[in-house]
Order: sequence, then structure tokens, then C-alpha cells
Amino acid sequence: MDINLIIFASLAFVMIVAALFAVTSSRIMRATTELLFVLFGTAGLYFMLHYTFLGAAQITVYAGGIVVMFIFVVLLIGKGSVDVTQTSLRRYLAGTAVALTGMVAAIYLINTTDFQAVNFTGDGVEMKELGMTLMGTGKYDFILPFEVMSVLLLACTVGAIMIARKK
Amino acid sequence: MIDFTSINASIESYLQSVLPAQVATLVECALIAVCAIAAYLVFAIVMIYMERKVCAAFQCRIGPDRVGFLGLLQVFADVFKMLIKEIIDIKDSDRALYTLAPFLVVMSSLITFSCLPFDNGLQVLDFNIGVFFIMAASSFGVLGILLAGWSSNNKFSMIGAIRSGGQMISYELSMSLCILTLVVLSGTMRVSEIVEMQREGWFIVRGHIPAIIAFLIYLIAGNAETNRAPFDLPEAESELTAGFHTEYSGMGFGLFYVAEFMNLFIIAGIATTLFLGGWTPLYIPGLDGFNAAMEWIPGIVWFLGKVFFVIWLLMWVRWTFPRLRIDQVLVLEWKYLVPIGLLNLLIMTVCVVMGWTL
Repeated sequence: MDINLIIFASLAFVMIVAALFAVTSSRIMRATTELLFVLFGTAGLYFMLHYTFLGAAQITVYAGGIVVMFIFVVLLIGKGSVDVTQTSLRRYLAGTAVALTGMVAAIYLINTTDFQAVNFTGDGVEMKELGMTLMGTGKYDFILPFEVMSVLLLACTVGAIMIARKK
Repeated sequence: MIDFTSINASIESYLQSVLPAQVATLVECALIAVCAIAAYLVFAIVMIYMERKVCAAFQCRIGPDRVGFLGLLQVFADVFKMLIKEIIDIKDSDRALYTLAPFLVVMSSLITFSCLPFDNGLQVLDFNIGVFFIMAASSFGVLGILLAGWSSNNKFSMIGAIRSGGQMISYELSMSLCILTLVVLSGTMRVSEIVEMQREGWFIVRGHIPAIIAFLIYLIAGNAETNRAPFDLPEAESELTAGFHTEYSGMGFGLFYVAEFMNLFIIAGIATTLFLGGWTPLYIPGLDGFNAAMEWIPGIVWFLGKVFFVIWLLMWVRWTFPRLRIDQVLVLEWKYLVPIGLLNLLIMTVCVVMGWTL
């Protein structure tokens, strides 16, 4: 048995179990923690593909940023649990519809995509190449999205200050 | 100089010869993990003893001297005391998260620890984005503290956790800025290359003014990241009993304690790697005889010597300054350290572009 397959299987198992717990848990803090393990699993998959930059970015942004924000919000709101048994029928149906659509789309894509066996070696994309692509102005370069993203972040910052400011 | 790369290669070829390839890889992984955890614990023991002695020296005391010769067995006695303590059950606490929290903290610091280059080839994780990975791995340690505060079902723990969250997220920013400044100077993120480049002069000398500013900011931010005085608000004992780990007893508390000390070691280790040349010996251009003599001292001695020097500096700060208020902590970060850090990054970039580095 291939060692990569074993690693992949264990990562996938952790991710699926954690994801199931995350959506079924009635305690919001536990759901957040389970989500953390799903994100760790995703980072593990990136590292398996030798996509080290994306893996580290996944951990920094999601585990160290977003999940911390989630936990902060829960801490400040202070409601430990939500009552999931009293959900209305309409919400149930809407949730099921969204989940089914997502599942069908995923299965369709997996079946129609022609996956090619790729042997990854070394450390993946060089940092310099990545930076050049991100900052380049040529074809298939990302300077414009990058700059637009900074405007979005600026808007978020201004919005946060507006909300937090005392009258 | 001892080159650990060849020793590693010979161990690997021996294992490959007696075992099938994939089993050999697994055995190597297990061996490395055991070695890393052992080193982690040994350094923790050394540092707890050092903290007591340094603290005693700064307070004009003798420190522990009863258990064993010069009190050397004191730490082992402490560990034994902790092991035989009762593990208490907190009423209305979230048991799973309560148990998980210390392990998250330790996991984060153990992964970061394995990125430190102790000597040529004596490093567990080394890949193209090493420094970024160090930042990533150390960024989720705060989650353990937040969860610990939340799951303890205690107001003091909760306040401690929120303080710690605010403080650690803030100071991570200026730490990253300082690391970025040095990445600009070195032009690479691979830890082994960063160290190798400092063979002919450490970065704190070669980067002169911006590197020294970055070093100072890094030490301040690092002190805040480890939740040590003057930034020990998360566990301010006079107001919050013990902050986020108030409700932990026995080894639950022990893990937080060890992780805090090892985070100090890691901060000092990263400072050594980035600014003080890692395991490379002292090099002064022109003095060939002196440089050759310095080469005779093994790299691991250089690395540990520099690390413990930085740790001593941080302990000196800890036992000298009084605790800040939370608003002072945040003002220091957001109004002073971050702007200075950003400006410093710019200065460093200009220096590198104009070729003003040594």
C-alpha cells in the first residue's frame, strides 16, 4: 500500500468526521473547534501536494485568523449553544435544497473532470515566481485583483471603525 | 565543523538497507518525533531552572538550592508534585474542549520548535517557505488559550482569554513585520538558506540600522506573544487569579506552563536564526586566524549560546518592568510598534534596493 494513500485516507477521514460533527453539534464553540480540524485537514492536503505556500496560508488565514475571529465573536456574544431542535420546516427544506445542490454539483464535476496523475516533487512553486505573478502586470498576472482586494480590506477597516466609534 | 547532513544520510541509508522503503520512512518519522519531543522537554527543564535562578539573581536571592546539588533536582520535584495532583472536574464546563485546549497550545509550539535550525542539517522541517510556516504554526496557539478560557466556565479565565486573544493577535502583526523585514534583506524564506547566508556576517550587522530596529521590535513583540511580564495580563495573578489556566490542575496546567517556556525558547531561537546568524560562528572580515578559531566551536554550541543569551535578555526584562494596563499594551502595539515596523520595512527595502547593506 502506498504511504501517500494512507496519509490521504487519514486526512480525509479526519476532515469528514470533523465536518459532520461541525454541522451536527448543537454547541457553537464545539462546532467552531471541529471546523478548525477541517481546515487543518485541508492544509494537510495542500502540504501533501507540495503546495507549501497555500498550506501555510491556509493555516495562517483560516486557523490563525478566521477561526480566532469566530471564537472571539462567540466569546463576546456569550451564547454557548443554539437550540437546533426548534428549527422551522421552511429552514429545514431550504437547507436540504442547498446541500443537495452542492452535492450534485460536486459529484458532476468530479465525474466530468479528467484528473491526471501528477507526481509532485520538491517544494512546489518557488516563492519568487509566486510574488512575480501576484505583482505582475502582464497576461495571467494578478496585480489588478490584488489591488482591488486591498480596496475591499480598506472598506472593511473603515466600516469596523464606524461601528466601533463612540458617538 | 560537524555536518549533520551526512550523519542523517547514513542513518537513512542504514534504515533503508534493513527495512522496506516505506517502513523505513515511517520509522524515521517516529525517531524524529521522539527526538524532537525529548529535546523539547529537556530545554523546558533547563529553562524552568534558569528562570528560577535568574529571577532570584535579579531579586538578590539565592533561588532553589535544597533539592539536589545547587537545586538542580528542583524542577523534577515540581513535575512530580504536578503529576500526583488531583485532576478536578469543573461544574458545567465543556469537558472535551477543556481537555483539548492545552494540547492545541503544545502542538502549536512543538511544530514551531521543529523548524528551528540547531546545526548544519540538524533541523526537522526545512522547506521553501520555512519562515512563513513558522508564523503560520505559531498563529494557532492562541486558539488553545481562547478555548481554555471559554471551557473553564469561570469569569476570570474568560477575561484572561479575551485579553490574551487581543494581545496575541495584535503583537503577531509586528512580529510578522519584523520577520518580513529580514526576509527582504535575505531574499529567501528557507530557514537553512537564511542561516547559510549569515556565514559572512550576521544580519543584525549587515542590515545595520533597520535590522537593529527590527530586532528590538521583535523582542518586544515576542515578549508579548509569550504572555510574559510586562505583558502578562492574560494571567495577571493579582486581578485574575491565574487567568486562562485558573481551573487547570495537574498536567493540564503543566502543559500550559511548559508551552509558555518553550514559546520563549522559540522566540529566542527565531531571533537567533534571523538576526544573530543561527548556528554560524562569529565572523569578522579580515581576521582570518580569529575566524578559523571560531570555526572550531561546534554550531550547536553557537546556536544554544546565542539562544540562551536572548532568553536571558528577555528574563531580565521580565523581572525588571512592572505589568502594563491592557490599554497601554494595545496603544504600544497599534500606535507605536506597527507604524515603526511598517516604516522600518520601507527603510530596509530602500537599503536593499540601493545596495546600502554591508
